[in-house]
Amino acid sequence: MDLRIYNHPILEFKRDKEVYFYFNGKRIKGYSGETIAAALYASGYRRITKSPKYRRPRGVYCMIGKCSSCMVRLNGVPNVRSCIVPVENGMIVETQEGYGELPSSVNLENSEDWEEMETDVAVVGGGPAGLSAAIYAARVGANVLLMDENYRLGGQLIKQTHKFFGSKDLYSGIRGIEIARILEDEVRSLPNIEVMLGAEVFGFYEGRILGVLRDNRIVKVKAKTIVFATGASENFLVFENNDLPGVMGAGAAQTLMNVYGIKPGNSVLMVGAGNVGLIVSYQMLQAGIEVKAIVEAMPRIGGYVVHAAKVRRYGVPILTSHTIKRALGRDHVEGATIVKLDENWNEIPGSERDIEVDTICLAVGLNPSSQLLFQAGCEMRYIPELGGEVALRDENLETTVEGVFVAGDLSGIEEASTAILEGRIAGISAAMKVVGVSSEWIKKREEMKAMLKEIRSGPFSAKVVRGLRKALIGVVS
Amino acid sequence: MSFETTGIIRVEDLRKLGLMPSEARMRKGPVVIVECVQRIPCDACVFACPFGAIVKENINDIPKVDFNKCIGCGACVLRCPGLAIFVVDLSVGNGKALVTVPYEMLPRPRVGLRAELLGRDGSSLGYSRIVKVVESKDKTYAVTVEVDEKLAMEVRGIRVMGDV
Ligand code: SF4
Ligand code: SF4
Repeated sequence: MDLRIYNHPILEFKRDKEVYFYFNGKRIKGYSGETIAAALYASGYRRITKSPKYRRPRGVYCMIGKCSSCMVRLNGVPNVRSCIVPVENGMIVETQEGYGELPSSVNLENSEDWEEMETDVAVVGGGPAGLSAAIYAARVGANVLLMDENYRLGGQLIKQTHKFFGSKDLYSGIRGIEIARILEDEVRSLPNIEVMLGAEVFGFYEGRILGVLRDNRIVKVKAKTIVFATGASENFLVFENNDLPGVMGAGAAQTLMNVYGIKPGNSVLMVGAGNVGLIVSYQMLQAGIEVKAIVEAMPRIGGYVVHAAKVRRYGVPILTSHTIKRALGRDHVEGATIVKLDENWNEIPGSERDIEVDTICLAVGLNPSSQLLFQAGCEMRYIPELGGEVALRDENLETTVEGVFVAGDLSGIEEASTAILEGRIAGISAAMKVVGVSSEWIKKREEMKAMLKEIRSGPFSAKVVRGLRKALIGVVS
Repeated sequence: MSFETTGIIRVEDLRKLGLMPSEARMRKGPVVIVECVQRIPCDACVFACPFGAIVKENINDIPKVDFNKCIGCGACVLRCPGLAIFVVDLSVGNGKALVTVPYEMLPRPRVGLRAELLGRDGSSLGYSRIVKVVESKDKTYAVTVEVDEKLAMEVRGIRVMGDV
């Protein structure tokens, strides 16, 4: 089986170097640039591992290293996120049985292995918010260290093949993949930004020190200020058999398709008609995948109607007041049962219907990746309008821990355009704390705030605006 | 049912929002149909139009179109992230009309190829030939097909068929 996409209307996939590795003893072909999970998926391995306790089959869920659905043993080391580790010749990948045992040869306590670095502004996360924060902090005059656990900059922009909304200044009408390129070029052109990829920030310590794991070595980064822009992870949904391989986040399917050029399946049920569900459905059509239906539990479509109209024109049904009841299949998805809901969100008995699909995508919202903020001691608040636990912040995006800033989806689930603006505001603020305040940059920062306000003035932002009000320092919830 | 439930924008919706040109204007030559009916933060069409025919005061406004300034060039069709802009031309006569739709699928369109005409709900409205193709530098196509005049406001998508 080969699920790779060879013709695509927007993208070209370079597969110049073949790589061979082993999965449970079988020789598998991949291409350089693919990750372990991507290469396995392309070759038809949907079941990558087993759940630790009940040994249920497990495959990928998020494809960006945020969940633990695809963890394998790699060259003897357990708990490796196969979705983000690039394939290399000769790798030995194994399905993990139970909780992994730490191999004795790995000794992270060896302090001679530590490396130390210092920077003015550390930026954690290289998506639209982090890239913008780095660019603006550098422009203000600070030295910047930009870190991302992936091996490519751009965050989730690298899979956004659609053109963006937003204002002209924020790249409206330009594809996300192109915006990623523009921002990366800008980062690379600024001499005072150092980029560190494959760098996993795992801890926050006294004195604004970040613990970073890179190439199996620990780097201690001492930063004067920090901008966290770690993004978000996809929500899960409760239904029978929801852990069956082939059930995945819509964003994961998008990563497979648009980053690696691999079809998540041939026929899909999309759960959720927000913008993510609608946009990813359209991109599936572009990749030659059949979208059997989009179900939406709400009585109306949550995303923009222009996105809905795009998929309707190709005959994809959008079933409002419908949800998924169970995934069908034993080893991987072979179908789904959907059900109609009444106005109180209760299932209507007898309205169940089975549809034959090999993939079920969940587009049911995102959740800020706020673990490091908890560790840093930021005052956190659960704000459903923003997607979950977020740090309280002032209007310059500084949290209750001095010198620690937030931007992008981490500060509240929103759009790439607002993430870019927040990144700029946080970047300017974090840099000014180090190199000194300038009236010119304060003016620029006010312009950014005004732009944010205008973008957020529409009806689709009402909820976020309500949430942001509750997230301001000094507001009692 | 409203477009919020169906995902389908109807001509009545456009008329209510001032997005339908007059019949007289449509008979004069190609004119833009902006099918963007919600207040969303986007201004790509405003900056795409070289003639200033589309304006938005606040970025979240519904676009305002000056049909007398619009010459139906299709530049905005290629730019709109919602793929929500079309050009309709009722000046051809013979009971025919030209409809230009945005297209980002395979196979790639070419003048002379056959295309299946798709309605707003994906239903097949017959077949026609592609008479004009314009490609943007980022791989969006504006594809023009000839259709029956009565389908000018119904054909909103195409499926390109192979060579004939
Ligand atoms: S068709 Fe051309 S003239 Fe008319 S609104 Fe679009 S860009 Fe402007
Ligand atoms: S570019 Fe398209 S989606 Fe954006 S405002 Fe104009 S018509 Fe609407």
